Parts: sequence; C-alpha cells; structure tokens
Amino acid sequence: MSEIAIQDIIKPENLVYEKTKLMTDKTLSYCPGCGHGTTHRLIMEVIEELGQENETIGVAPVGCSVLAYEFMNVDMQEAAHGRAPAVATAIKRLWPKKVVFTYQGDGDLAAIGTAETIHACNRGEQIVIVFINNGIYGMTGGQMAPTTLPGMKTATSPYGRDIATMGNPLKITELVAQLPGTYYVTRHSVHTAAAARKAKRAIKKAFQNQLDGKPGLSFVEVVSNCNSGWKMEPVQSNIWMEENMFPYYELGDIKVDGKLLSK
Amino acid sequence: MGELRLMKGNEALAEAAVRAGSDGYFGYPITPQSEVIEYLMAEKPFERTGMVVLQAESEVAAINMLYGGGGTGKKVMTSSSSPGISLMQEGLSYMAGAEIPCIVANIVRGGPGLGDIQPAQSDYFQSVKGGGHGDYRLPVLAPASVQEMSDFVPISYDLAFKYRTPVLIVSDGLIGQMMEKVELFDQMPRITDKEINEKYPWATNGKPKGKERRILTSLDLDPHKLEKHNFHLQDKYKQIEANEVRYELIDCDDAEYIIVAYGSSSRISQKAIQLARAEGIKVGILRLITLWPFPKKPIDELVIKGIKGFLAVEMSAGQMVEDVKLTVRERTKVEHFGRYGGVIHSPEEVLEALKTKIIGG
Ligand SMILES: Cc1ncc(C[n+]2csc(CCOP(=O)(O)OP(=O)(O)O)c2C)c(N)n1
Ligand code: SF4
Ligand SMILES: [Mg+2]
Repeated sequence: MSEIAIQDIIKPENLVYEKTKLMTDKTLSYCPGCGHGTTHRLIMEVIEELGQENETIGVAPVGCSVLAYEFMNVDMQEAAHGRAPAVATAIKRLWPKKVVFTYQGDGDLAAIGTAETIHACNRGEQIVIVFINNGIYGMTGGQMAPTTLPGMKTATSPYGRDIATMGNPLKITELVAQLPGTYYVTRHSVHTAAAARKAKRAIKKAFQNQLDGKPGLSFVEVVSNCNSGWKMEPVQSNIWMEENMFPYYELGDIKVDGKLLSK
Repeated sequence: MGELRLMKGNEALAEAAVRAGSDGYFGYPITPQSEVIEYLMAEKPFERTGMVVLQAESEVAAINMLYGGGGTGKKVMTSSSSPGISLMQEGLSYMAGAEIPCIVANIVRGGPGLGDIQPAQSDYFQSVKGGGHGDYRLPVLAPASVQEMSDFVPISYDLAFKYRTPVLIVSDGLIGQMMEKVELFDQMPRITDKEINEKYPWATNGKPKGKERRILTSLDLDPHKLEKHNFHLQDKYKQIEANEVRYELIDCDDAEYIIVAYGSSSRISQKAIQLARAEGIKVGILRLITLWPFPKKPIDELVIKGIKGFLAVEMSAGQMVEDVKLTVRERTKVEHFGRYGGVIHSPEEVLEALKTKIIGG
C-alpha cells in the first residue's frame, strides 16, 4: 500500500464531522475525560440544528461549568449558585419567544438551588434545564453532594456517606417529575458514543418542546463522571459510574409529553 | 396636571411601576409592603401594558429574577422589607458586578432579625455601604412622601440604566402605609425590543446576527483583570458621586443649627423646626434625597457658613450620623437622636434633643 500523506486527507470533501460553530475555540477548562464538555457540545449542536443560535439565552451555574459561557457561543448569563432557574424564569417570561435554558450541577440544582428548581418546575416555566449529576462537588475539590451515593468517599464524607447522619442521595429528577409543571423529564449519560447520541436526542426533544410551546418545563439529567473528584482515571470512572451510579440513577425517560411513565 | 389620587405609599410605588413602563415586577410578600404586589396583581398590568407580575418563591428567587430580566435590558423591579432585603444581598452584589440595572424598594421595618413590622431607618448601613460582599455601591433614593414614592420610580430607572446598576428606593413602613394625595405621572411606553437592541448592546436577549455573543457575569478568575473591572466600577461610582447627589434645604438660610434627616424623620423634623422657631431657635433641615451618593458638599458649605451644630435625626441607633461626622470632620458639633426598633420619635422629642444635645450640650 502506498503511503498517504496527511495533507491528502485533510480536505473539505473528506470532512465527516466538525465541531459546531456554537462551541467557541477556547480550550475547555474541564479535566480530560469529564462529561461536562461533551454535554456542552450536544446542547450547542442541538441549538444549531434547530436554527436557534440568535434566539437563545443560556444560564450558566456556579460549579465546574461556571465558565460554560466561555465555550457556548450564544448569549449567556452567569447566575449565582443555585439560582439559574429563577434567572431563566424571568428571561423567558419577559422574552416568551426566545429559547432559554439553564445548565446546572447537582450541588447547584439539588442542594443550594432546590427551592428555585422545584418552583420553576412547579410553575411550569417553558425552559430547558440540563442537569449534570456527577454525585460530587467537582469545582470546590470533591465534597459530598446531595447526590453522592451511600458509602461514597468524598472530601466531606471521608469515611463514606453515612446515610444515618448525612441522608440519602436525592433523586431530584424523580421528584420534579411528580410535579404537574414538568412536561418532559429524562435521564441520560454521555460516556459512550451511543449514550451521547441518545442524550442528544433527549436534549433536542427538550428544546423542541420549548419551541413548540409545550406546556411545562423540560428537564434532562445527565449522569456524568467526575474523574478528578472521584479520584479515578477517566476510563475507570466511567466503569465505576456504570456499576454504581446507573443502578441508583436509572437511565431513561421518566415523564414524556406530560405523562409519567410507569416502571 | 396629572391624575390626582389618594393612595398609600406602597400603592403609589406600585402604580408608578406600571406607569414608568416596567416590564416586570418580581416579589415576595412581607409586611409592611405587601400592598405593592397585591396592588399589582389586582391591577392586572399585564392587560394594561403587558408588564409581567410574578410572585416569587422567596426574595432570593426574586432578586435573581431581576438579574435575569434586567440582564436582557428590560425594566425590572422588586420591593421588600428589611429581612427580605437581607436575603437579596448576594444577588445585588452579583448585579453590581455584572452591571445589571433594576430597582429594589426597601420599605424598612424594625430590626435586627425578624424585628417587628413598624417603621424604622435601621437599614442605612446596609443600603449605602454596599450591603453584600465586594467593593460596590448602589445609588439610594429616600422618598419622604407618597408623592415621592411615585416620582422616584422613573428617576431610579433612569439612574439604573444610565449607570448600569441596581438602584435602591429606601423608604419605611410609615411612608409605605400612610395615605396622601399623589399626582400621578402619565403612562410611559414600555421599551420596545428594537430600542433595547439599539440602546443596550450588552443586553443578553439572543446573539445578534453576525455579531459577537454577549456575556453577563461577575466572575473573572484573573485577579488583574478583576482588579481592572473594579477600577471601572470605582470610576463609575465617582461619576455618580459627582453627578447624582440630591438633597433639599429647608429653612437653612438664617439657620444656626441644622437637622440632617431623610424619609419619615425629615417629615417629623419639619414639625420640630416649626416648634423650635416658635421659641426663637433658628434651625433648618438638610433633607437627604440620595443617601448614597451622600450630600457632602451642602454639609461642607453649611459648616463653612458657621453652623453651630448638626443633629442627625434618624429612626436608628445612629447610622447616618457616621456619614455626617465623616463630612463635618470635627469642625463643629454633630450628635445623633432617634428612636428605633419600630418606635417613631415625636417632634417634641426631636426639639428636646436639639436643645439638650446641640444647643445646651
Ligand atoms: C453561595 C455560594 N456557596 C458556595 C459556593 C462554593 N461552591 C462553588 S461550586 C460549588 C459546588 C458545585 O458543585 P456542583 O453544582 O455539583 O457542580 P460540579 O462542579 O460538580 O459540576 C460550591 C459549593 C459558592 N460559589 N457560592
Ligand atoms: S472536577 Fe470533576 S466535574 Fe469538574 S471538570 Fe474535573 S472531572 Fe469534570
Ligand atoms: Mg456535581
């Protein structure tokens, strides 16, 4: 076989996949292997595919993705810790024709921001919430999150999460699914190509719901790894996630078109 | 002549919010200002002007709704009373940092803690010294009548957008609850989306075609860049101090003594100086309209004129008096008088304090 020069391959006609222009060229600040970056890209691909680049306002949280606005090439606001659903509520109420989403971690959405999450869901705000559940506070150095699994070791549960004193992991996604204000509630992961494709379909459905003016909030949880916080290699963290997180946080749709799915 | 009505201060504030062309009001009930959201809900401004009115789940949510809404270039407003305003401080700090305009009205009640529901002026420090974390200031307007509860709303929006900052209207339960005649200004149009795009290039309402996206954040992890941002904020505060001081001098021309007061205390002091003048005591009032920027210049001029003493009258244990002292710099006597914890001083008590603390003291 004759040798093929790299220049012969890099040609427009050979292009099969490219980064969406709605991701900036800025190098991601995330740890290699972390699910945040993949999820960012999926959201931005969806917004591009739906043609909503100029109509979208995103709300970034406080957490590792506090800098989401550096990477997502749409108008963005950076909210106080936990308050993104309140911020997004007002944007959507004042600009009903625009597309509004929040992007939040588990500490942000399910601890400090629980009230804002529940009430935005309960009011049925026509926004999309993308919820990154990595079972830990990644940004602040790996402390226990409301979603940390029983027995899981973190910086603030060094002997493992003791449910007698620290409570059980909070399945906030199941909780918000109970509220009549949510229209679509689903849980995914992005750790394999197949999983990412599924997650993207869910994210697209969520945004489509908003564009179609469906009554209520669309909530997409992404169970994700935090290899740094979990103190694992990226590959090992994904295996650990499959073996430990998925049994507790079951993947799949919980509520579709306003109807709870029976398990 | 605008429409005349007999209204509570809180109602005048609410009606002014609609007439000033507000796009949204987001609030949480608390005495003594719940009439604001009650009035708005009953008035249905969404039918009158398209204004959104939403009862938030907390003051924390309300202030963050202002962050979101103000960040899109819309005119947004909330109101609350002391404990609720304390909950808003994180949000206000974020808005100062991200330079987001809005109006927050505080109908102050007695504290600390849950305190009571009676009028007080004990949130002065919180209002004028920043209130939340970080180096920032907010313009603070202090209405002394139901009329000003109405008039100060459009003035506050102008300041908020001119300087891209939250503006506080600091009133108290007395002015919020009392009824007076008010001349309402005519309905102003709400800003159009087109006007927002022309006037506020920073507003995050969807990236304009062919242009850079907009970001509103108070974060910069690079300390040198954050310091630069702080320099910019400080420059802005200097401009506000240079251009936006408001005050009123009452009977100061021949005065030997001056009462410094704002809001309800200035109203009470007006009666007190009548009593004083009936006894031949020449006393005037410097009424603060802006609590920040603090009217330093008029105080300085009064000192130079040879005023024999200043009595800072406020319904607090002595907060505004510190700024009077900082301005007077021991060139003449400065004392504080005021009842607090929700107790309102009488004009007679003010006169007595003037006699004992300033004239005789
Ligand atoms: C009011 C407030 N409290 C605490 C913090 C510190 N803090 C920053 S991020 C964070 C936790 C973030 O965890 P999570 O939401 O799970 O996001 P992750 O980093 O895991 O993606 C905390 C506690 C803060 N910034 N503000
Ligand atoms: S700390 Fe965890 S969540 Fe944060 S970027 Fe690293 S791996 Fe991702
Ligand atoms: Mg987390």
